[in-house]
Amino acid sequence: MEIERPESSEAPSMVPEPDVPWVTVVHNDPVNLMSYVTYVFQSYFGYPKDKAHRLMLDVHHKGRAIVSSGSREEMERDVQAMHGYGLWATLQQER
Amino acid sequence: MSGRFEPLPNGGAALALDEVEISILRSLAVQLAELIGPGGQPEGATDPLDALFAEGPSKPPADPALARLFPDAYVAPDEELGAEKEKEARAASAEFRRYTENDLRARKRDDALAMVRDLDALTSAEVTRVPAVLELEPAKARQWLGALNDLRLAIGTRLEVTEEDDGGELLQLPDSDPRKPMVMAYFWLGGLQETLVETLMP
Repeated sequence: MEIERPESSEAPSMVPEPDVPWVTVVHNDPVNLMSYVTYVFQSYFGYPKDKAHRLMLDVHHKGRAIVSSGSREEMERDVQAMHGYGLWATLQQER
Repeated sequence: MSGRFEPLPNGGAALALDEVEISILRSLAVQLAELIGPGGQPEGATDPLDALFAEGPSKPPADPALARLFPDAYVAPDEELGAEKEKEARAASAEFRRYTENDLRARKRDDALAMVRDLDALTSAEVTRVPAVLELEPAKARQWLGALNDLRLAIGTRLEVTEEDDGGELLQLPDSDPRKPMVMAYFWLGGLQETLVETLMP
């Protein structure tokens, strides 16, 4: 039996949830190697090489990049992990 | 100095080191472990249970190298916050620090001490090859990668390395400059870390 889904069922999931407006930001620093930063984004976040490389370039050229988003607890975990790797990371509420 | 890690078939990495290199690396790793230290341990606390329940520090370390290794989690370096927001960010950073910094310190110290142990094992091997070849399994290689990065962060902060130093400005210091040996070590470690990352790239 087929049940027709109302058109609107897809729409609400596109709206960002009000309780997950946190992001992890990685900041540029003159010491960390570009290859190492890429390696960290690949191995910790599991990002594909292209995405990891692009984020690293953002950090390097723009001075910062948002590398993940989620709940405050999740972002604290990510920031802690970044500090473990020696990357300069902070979390903040998305505006 | 060869200064290059080579990949091993098991996913680990190998590095040829002569006696002088071993002693420099060992000394740097010991200094890093000492710098990281046990952190905000209360004076005379000998009961391991005390350490288990002890809260970590709430203020950023006064030493700039340590402050770089353990940065504030809620205070972005490039952001101007209003007085009220800034106060909130400092308080949240202090809270975060209280329950994460001790663990982080312990891990970073372990990585540095693993380096020391591996180097000691290399020099105490019954048959010493010249140069000695350090062979790291993948898990060890990742530990070394972390320790090498922490070392470069600490030395880079001491040397006040800037973005422009990539061009080798620091390398052109005259031999008489007291910073020269540290600068040489900094760039040598950079080469080691770069080649180690290559062997570990997923």
